[in-house]
Amino acid sequence: MAGVRSLGALSRITAKRYNVLSDISCRTFSVAPAMSARTHVNYEVKEDVAVIRMNDPTSKVNTLSVQMQNEMIEVFNEVLANDAVQSAVLISSKPGCFIAGADINMIQACNTSEEVTKLSQEGQKMFARIENSPKPIVAAINGPCLGGGLEFAIACQYRVATKSKKTVLGTPEVMLGLLPGAGGTQRLPKMVGIPGAFDMMLTGRNIRADKAKKMGLVHQLVDPLGPGLKSPEERTIEYLEEVAIQCAKGIVNKKISLTKEKGMMQKVQDYVMGIEFVRQQIYKTVTAKVMKMSKGLYPAPLKIIESVKAGLEQGPDSGYLAEAQNFGKLAMTSESNALIGLYHGQVACKKNRFGVPERPVKNLAILGAGLMGAGIAQVTVDKGIHTVLKDTTVEGLSRGQQQVYKGLNDKTKKKTITSFERDFTLASLTGQLDYSGFEKADMVIEAVFEDLNIKHRVIKEVEAVIPPHCIFATNTSALPIKDIAAASIRPEKVIGMHYFSPVDKMQLLEIITTDKTSKDTTASAVAVGLKQGKVIIVVGDGPGFYTTRCLAPMLAEAVRLLQEGVDPKKLDALTTGFGFPVGAATLADEVGIDVAAHVAEDLGKAFGSRFGGGNVEVLKTMVEKGFKGRKSGKGCYVYTPGLKSKDVNPDIEDVLGKYKLTPNPLVSSDSDVQYRLVSRFVNEAVMCLQEGILNGPVEGDIGAVFGLGFPPCLGGPFRFVDTFGANKLVEKMKRYEEVYGNHFTPCQLLLDHAKDSSKRFHK
Amino acid sequence: MASMLMNSLRCCPPVNPAWAVQYATRSLSTSVQLHAQVQTKSKKTLAKPGVKNIVLVEGVRTPFLLSGTTYADLMPHDLARAALQGLLHKTSLPKDAVDYIIYGTVIQEVKTSNVAREASLGAGFSDKIPSHTVTMACISSNVAMTTGVGLITAGQCDTIVAGGVEFMSDVPIRHSRKMRKTMLALNRAKTLGQRLSLIGSIRMAHLTPELPAVAEFSTAETMGHSADRLAAAFGVTRLEQDEFALRSHTLAKQAQDAGLLSDVISFKVPGRDTVAKDNGIRPSSMEQLAKLKPAFIKPHGTVTAANSSFLTDGASAVLIMSEEKALAMGYKPKAYLRDFVFVSQDPKDQLLLGPAYGTPKVLARAGLTMDDIDVFEFHEAFAGQIMANLKALDSDWFAQTYMGRKVKVGAPAMEKFNLWGGSLSLGHPFGATGCRLVTTVAHRLLKEGGQYGLVAACAAGGQDSGRTEMMQEKTVYAYTHRVE
Repeated sequence: MAGVRSLGALSRITAKRYNVLSDISCRTFSVAPAMSARTHVNYEVKEDVAVIRMNDPTSKVNTLSVQMQNEMIEVFNEVLANDAVQSAVLISSKPGCFIAGADINMIQACNTSEEVTKLSQEGQKMFARIENSPKPIVAAINGPCLGGGLEFAIACQYRVATKSKKTVLGTPEVMLGLLPGAGGTQRLPKMVGIPGAFDMMLTGRNIRADKAKKMGLVHQLVDPLGPGLKSPEERTIEYLEEVAIQCAKGIVNKKISLTKEKGMMQKVQDYVMGIEFVRQQIYKTVTAKVMKMSKGLYPAPLKIIESVKAGLEQGPDSGYLAEAQNFGKLAMTSESNALIGLYHGQVACKKNRFGVPERPVKNLAILGAGLMGAGIAQVTVDKGIHTVLKDTTVEGLSRGQQQVYKGLNDKTKKKTITSFERDFTLASLTGQLDYSGFEKADMVIEAVFEDLNIKHRVIKEVEAVIPPHCIFATNTSALPIKDIAAASIRPEKVIGMHYFSPVDKMQLLEIITTDKTSKDTTASAVAVGLKQGKVIIVVGDGPGFYTTRCLAPMLAEAVRLLQEGVDPKKLDALTTGFGFPVGAATLADEVGIDVAAHVAEDLGKAFGSRFGGGNVEVLKTMVEKGFKGRKSGKGCYVYTPGLKSKDVNPDIEDVLGKYKLTPNPLVSSDSDVQYRLVSRFVNEAVMCLQEGILNGPVEGDIGAVFGLGFPPCLGGPFRFVDTFGANKLVEKMKRYEEVYGNHFTPCQLLLDHAKDSSKRFHK
Repeated sequence: MASMLMNSLRCCPPVNPAWAVQYATRSLSTSVQLHAQVQTKSKKTLAKPGVKNIVLVEGVRTPFLLSGTTYADLMPHDLARAALQGLLHKTSLPKDAVDYIIYGTVIQEVKTSNVAREASLGAGFSDKIPSHTVTMACISSNVAMTTGVGLITAGQCDTIVAGGVEFMSDVPIRHSRKMRKTMLALNRAKTLGQRLSLIGSIRMAHLTPELPAVAEFSTAETMGHSADRLAAAFGVTRLEQDEFALRSHTLAKQAQDAGLLSDVISFKVPGRDTVAKDNGIRPSSMEQLAKLKPAFIKPHGTVTAANSSFLTDGASAVLIMSEEKALAMGYKPKAYLRDFVFVSQDPKDQLLLGPAYGTPKVLARAGLTMDDIDVFEFHEAFAGQIMANLKALDSDWFAQTYMGRKVKVGAPAMEKFNLWGGSLSLGHPFGATGCRLVTTVAHRLLKEGGQYGLVAACAAGGQDSGRTEMMQEKTVYAYTHRVE
């Protein structure tokens, strides 16, 4: 469509030019046949400005694929050769997307680091030509401009971006275990300063257009337009193009200077950065920070620092070479492979494989305004769903309402929304103590106390007032859904929706279906979850479902380690050292010791001695003493409000002393401690796949990483088995089994994989 | 935004016979359709059976001056008083003959928050006449007038004075919230210690004042910014805007020189000279206009200081009566106020698009088409906004996509449009503009011999009032006015 449009426009221009300069028009004309063969990149000449338009017809977003790059080079050559062209504008004709990044498949198709290095060097070469183009090129950015797209844009002479919320700039490569490999590590420090560039490249965060302007990443902003004589999206792109053309002309006739005048602050900053000592200090500080955050488990940030340093200290040639070589090396690391796997998994878990629900949920009621209930309300109310939050007491309700308000107000303070938007959003939230209005609810999510009797009472009360089509979702972390559904008069409408606390921060939603849950109920629950912005895994019913079930043995092992005299701080250091974002002891405190005790007991009953390890009595005694974790101020640690640092709770010494175990030195080295914890987790995950609780290893990995904090650099339990080797893991487990018995018995599927090394969870 | 339809009671020289004719016409025209069949070209009256005829008897305004000029030392109610006294003088209305007084204003002086009351007392009206103040951004005085129409229709009143005032030479600048909080706490402090600790808590940040902004509360976008985006959305060029601005100033100058702006009363400003003329009319040249840099969206915006309305001080007042009462008191009404419509849209992207939405509605209510209207008076907030509205009215796509209409109503003919200048050149005291538009329609209908007039104005908050009407004798006019 866009191709047709630009062709049409070209013919108009050609016709016009005929009258003026016949030779040029001939040339322009002769371009046309070649153009028609191109599918991704086209251009038309408007006066003396070539407008280069990108559009990948095979995808919703533009990526720098081989095809796109080849056509771009072709077009660029033509533009350079065309004497009628003085300057160029680079724009996407896809609404809401500039370039979302390089094509990951292109990198994954490579088998050696040399191949990837070559890819990087080709990219560098192309962007170097853009940067040195004698005809100025203006990048007109609307929508995501990420990764390779950003590197392309910053190679251009000038950048104009729309202020749309969709327009974000960034270098997310680090999140895939890579680095900006097409000149990004070399150009960014010059453009936004060394600290700014490190911040962008090491965090990979998205930068909104107005911030990008302040940083010096873009030169000019264009406001998105509302209704006019065309649709707002279409006209906004047109307007962006008009402004970009003006800029291109302005650069050619010297009305716009490309060397911007530096302010006093900038001059001072440049001077300071010119001192080698200062730069060395920055590298040192940044490296130290990276090491602290990543525990050295992620190679990409260090390679980014290395590449930037090479460019700044040894000149551009070394810099670009270092960038390309490091890019090649990183692409071959297991960390990158794991992170890219997670990326693909995340994309897959953002789709509704159950189809479109029969009726969209417009009215959602939540029972229980506790942390969970209010958290669910918080992520629902701003998605255009009318939300009812019901509690039994005024105090509970107002606490919940305050939580929702605070969540939105914090966004106002950060200026991501206006105070008006906050108020407007809150207008969709109704707080109440009774069941009025439930006859209009399309879905009810209960988040009441985890007690089967209470859940049964609630389901009966609710079913008496809701309409027949209404879905009843239960938010529980361990109670089997079929047990809860036993009280229901329409079990096909009952489903489990397991949210993770804090709901607004944790990305995962675990949806649990029973044999009786209808497909449409599942489709509807997934649709709601996706609206709430969640990454979703759909798992089968069973005690602890998937996530809680994996976590329980690991926590049991953690308790045993505490009993064996491992200090909570040491335990935390060992788990975070393995790549978990939160240490095991801290995690227990966050989850709540009482919840952990509850779950351990329930699952212990369901699964028998396999779930043993630490003594449940340890947890129970702690609960009795009031050490319920963070919420009660004391758990493994003592929490003082306002203080970030925490000390080990001195009183748990007594508790642990009472249940003291003697460690076996054969399996108690630091590394063994780590593998004892992880192997139980992984074994249980594999068993979930074996038993059909899990739909596949992808969902297993996503659930473990996004819900439980399984080390992202390992890519999830299943990718870990693939990378680490099932045989090696089984070997370790057998060693532990000899000491501790069936807690460490590997499951059949894991044994199968150990026997046959060609068996892999991920292809 | 508001649009208003008026039809003029055109007064021909022999008054009494004229009225007789008019009555006859009206009674005939009760069956509108029949009438329409007989006279294809809009000779029908817009009177509705069972609804009182409401007339505009007179309208006046103080000269509209650039803020910070001759009116600089006054207060808002002083300007409103001047307008009210001018109206009394021009109509010889007895001071106790009014049933109700309504004023519109936007930025309120806190001392005179019911400025209608302060001004009417100060102007010497009887203290038995109730009065209230309304606000609806730039269509505040339109709301004052339509409120009056409502009171008459409801049988509450027969004689209404409506008006509007805006005084931008002085606006309430407040202490910061922190400072206000401290000061209020200071009021309640009981001991010296408490007072001292409160005073001690004052920091530099407390002293930063809060300025009133011409920005939408809901979107935090200034109106000029919104106008620039609107112009861009409709592809209105800088050249078109400058041309329209120049047209406004040129026409205003011609009207002023020809003495057509007869609604302007002269006003002896205490301590200063007598002012008798608007002072913002400055016909320039396209070259000069082209030199200006964009005022809001930089550097590529198209809205400049010259193609926007300027900050203005001024007040207006109109006398609205039931026709019966007016005739009984021996007045010769200038126009019928027939109908009006208020519409609202998205305050972000369609803030200034009220006239485009209001005009078709008010025309539909009156059963008229664009061609039937003889006089258009649209509030010119920004040249770009006017052009955008005209383009919207003239677009089938816009009509279908956003207004749920099958076809466009078309844009007003420029030879009928704002012929005596507009807000861009005459000035735009927010609260007072509505009455100026209505009075101008009446005067133009009389002068040009038209039948229907239509007023439209856009207002902050994305509202618009459309008002149709005014008819007199043989001439009827519709007017829409929109509030911005």
